[in-house]
Amino acid sequence: MSAYRDKDPRIHGIQTTIRVVPNFPKQGIMFQDITTLLLDPKAFKDTIDLFVERYKDKNISVVAGIEARGFIFGPPIALAIGAKFVPLRKPRKLPGEVISEQYELEYGRDCLQMHVGAVEPGERALVVDDLIATGGTLCAAMKLLEQVGAEVVECACVIEVPDLKGRERLNGKPLYVLVESH
Amino acid sequence: MFAAENGLKGDPRLQAISDSIRVVPDFPKKGIMFQDITTLLLDHKAFKHTVDIFVDRYRDMGISVVAGVEARGFMFGPPIALAIGAKFIPLRKPGKLPGQVISESYELEYGTDCLEMHVGAVQPGERALVIDDLVATGGTLSAAIRLLERVGAEVVECACVIGLREVKGQRRLNGKPLYILVEPREIDNCC
Repeated sequence: MSAYRDKDPRIHGIQTTIRVVPNFPKQGIMFQDITTLLLDPKAFKDTIDLFVERYKDKNISVVAGIEARGFIFGPPIALAIGAKFVPLRKPRKLPGEVISEQYELEYGRDCLQMHVGAVEPGERALVVDDLIATGGTLCAAMKLLEQVGAEVVECACVIEVPDLKGRERLNGKPLYVLVESH
Repeated sequence: MFAAENGLKGDPRLQAISDSIRVVPDFPKKGIMFQDITTLLLDHKAFKHTVDIFVDRYRDMGISVVAGVEARGFMFGPPIALAIGAKFIPLRKPGKLPGQVISESYELEYGTDCLEMHVGAVQPGERALVIDDLVATGGTLSAAIRLLERVGAEVVECACVIGLREVKGQRRLNGKPLYILVEPREIDNCC
């Protein structure tokens, strides 16, 4: 489901602030750069407001953000809806005891970690990242939360790249995005 | 300068913030008492207090740029930027920012590292705040200050949640004011 289709008047402003950088990190990839969105206080505020409006009455107690751009969008949402913020990190960054979930990259594998004890069984959680591409990272994030008995209510991203079909990798969990990149 | 010595003496929010920080001994290596702010982020009140204290301090200072140091600076900087109407600039490790960048090296205990900022993100004359979770030697913050000054911005202050002993008594870093909420926690049961 995307706000793009709902035609909220704030969406256009958000979309136009996202910069496309060709051939980053490698040839053929049109990189969606959200740093230019962050330079526009109104666009950044609108982005957060759209998520907060959607989630504030859904009894969400956990907002989990994926390193590192999920750390930019997740905390403002968590603060506004009264939830805790849980950073999901690359290996060896979190200092305490962790659980891990591996996921596939185009070449090879990577791993996402969460602190043990950060999330209790039965908590309702949101997963936040700037963008969903293949869905591999989001899928790993959901598995971490489900490992500890939390319920993932929805995945929320600013941008979706629909051609990469990430939505289909979310095991039926809903995905909410603000803009699509074709 | 510490918040308690600068207008917030006895403010109960500072104690709540300090209490919410977890100490992890011997991380990332033996002898280091790591100040873990992830437990502060789990405590909605403490996290809100942290942001509110910084926002109250900076909202009327004409600050148009909040620069956050990767990665923990990304968790504190954006809420502050949003509340004061400033832009947020991520300062990142090499190779992460997709556009044209400027770089600044800094010393580590063994070797050097590098911080990058997008060209064009900050205009000359803008007033900037630098944010990170913790200041130890000040190496990273110094690199952040240099990046902003290279593009003609004025660094108004550096703000951190935690300040280690090395900076206690120092009110400035590279000539820039330093504002810190709390000192490091000790482990409760010492072995």
